[in-house]
Amino acid sequence: MALVSVKDLHKSFGDLEVLKGIDLEIESGEVVAVIGRSGSGKSTFLRCLNQLEQHDWGTIHLADQRLDGTAMSPGELSQNVGIVFQSFNLFPHKTVVENVMLAPLVVKQTPRAEARKIAEEVLDKVGMLEKIDAYPAQLSGGQQQRVAIARALAMDPKVLLCDEVTSALDPELVGEVLLVLESLAKEGMTLILVTHEMKFARDVSHRVVFMHQGRIHESGDPQTLFTQPKTPELAQFIASVL
Amino acid sequence: MTLDFSTLLPYSGVIIEGLVTTLWLTVVTTFAGIALAIVVAYVRDLESGIMSRLLGGYVEVVRNTPFIVQLFFLFFGLPALGIPISAPVAALVAMVLNLGAYTAEILRAGIDSTARGQHEAARALGLSRLQSYRHVVLVPAFSRVYPSLISQCIIVMLGSAVVSQISVFDLTYAANFIQSRNFRGFEVYLVVTLIYLLLAVGMRRSFELVGRRLFAFRQGGSA
Repeated sequence: MALVSVKDLHKSFGDLEVLKGIDLEIESGEVVAVIGRSGSGKSTFLRCLNQLEQHDWGTIHLADQRLDGTAMSPGELSQNVGIVFQSFNLFPHKTVVENVMLAPLVVKQTPRAEARKIAEEVLDKVGMLEKIDAYPAQLSGGQQQRVAIARALAMDPKVLLCDEVTSALDPELVGEVLLVLESLAKEGMTLILVTHEMKFARDVSHRVVFMHQGRIHESGDPQTLFTQPKTPELAQFIASVL
Repeated sequence: MTLDFSTLLPYSGVIIEGLVTTLWLTVVTTFAGIALAIVVAYVRDLESGIMSRLLGGYVEVVRNTPFIVQLFFLFFGLPALGIPISAPVAALVAMVLNLGAYTAEILRAGIDSTARGQHEAARALGLSRLQSYRHVVLVPAFSRVYPSLISQCIIVMLGSAVVSQISVFDLTYAANFIQSRNFRGFEVYLVVTLIYLLLAVGMRRSFELVGRRLFAFRQGGSA
């Protein structure tokens, strides 16, 4: 059965209906890229998946457990769904390792020595072990984003959401972050990425979802989707970004 | 007129006693007042309901009435209500309440300027509101308002001179005491003024030293 199962998801901000019924099933280990114009609802959709936004209608299941509403406490939720933001959002007053250890220590009540070990493991995975005692202000954007990925991974989530994680980076720093995501994908991590990196979506993802006006307009495997778009909207979108 | 500081020598013990009182009042007030502000700012900013409104009332009363009246109210008013209170305790409570109210407002300014992304990151990691306040919001908020915080603590230290009015033996009380005996007002108040000045400068220096350690994350130096 699907790891993530979204049914008839609706979300409005005031009078503006941003999500008009999203249905999506994602298998464990799948890498799904969500693409679309700004305002198509893709970030809102992603943020509903870990309840940073509460949707108005519909259900979200993780494995066979209901995730939305009050079904899961924030603590439980954070151990199931991790998120990486466009603007990193590292805690500026904490060192790299403290950033990564915070949630395991505070939310999971992991013993300090063990939390440290977990932190070192995930920081090694993103290639940031050497900067373990640096403060975020001392790091480049790409390095900060890799730490943010490690911070999310430290909670051992089943799904990792990535909300335009390379959009705030200088072009020369995009590569190092994508490389980390690619290695996560290879390890079998379930990834849902909202992205403007079409090349990455095409090369790394298993499935691409094109959102348009609050709906999933078209989806499929990246090769077919990018080379033979079925709808004029997607064709137009691809032409405008490639 | 000739200045004769030797007339103060017999009273050096009195000055030291007053200085010690001013010092301990200031130190205890600084710690307790900031602690109080941390609680008040949290409840006012992040909770709603009756507690938040009660504390809002407390902050407004303190900020909109004279300190000396607050002090008199505690010292003369509470015993009238059947709650006995000694002068030093009344002084300490008045000072803590005063610093707590002002600092809570200063701190709230720092809390309010927390980036939304910080709250979201904390929430996504599963931190509760209190955990997020304690581990994510508080230290950067303090770092943003630290200069105002230092000034406020110094203001309260200087304002502690008023507690001499309820016969707390502080530095100002010592000065009044000496002046009323040797009639060397100029010498006494000159010395005491210098001591207050040194205290204020010393406080600022200490705060800055602590701040540099506490908020080291703001400097982008080597790690």
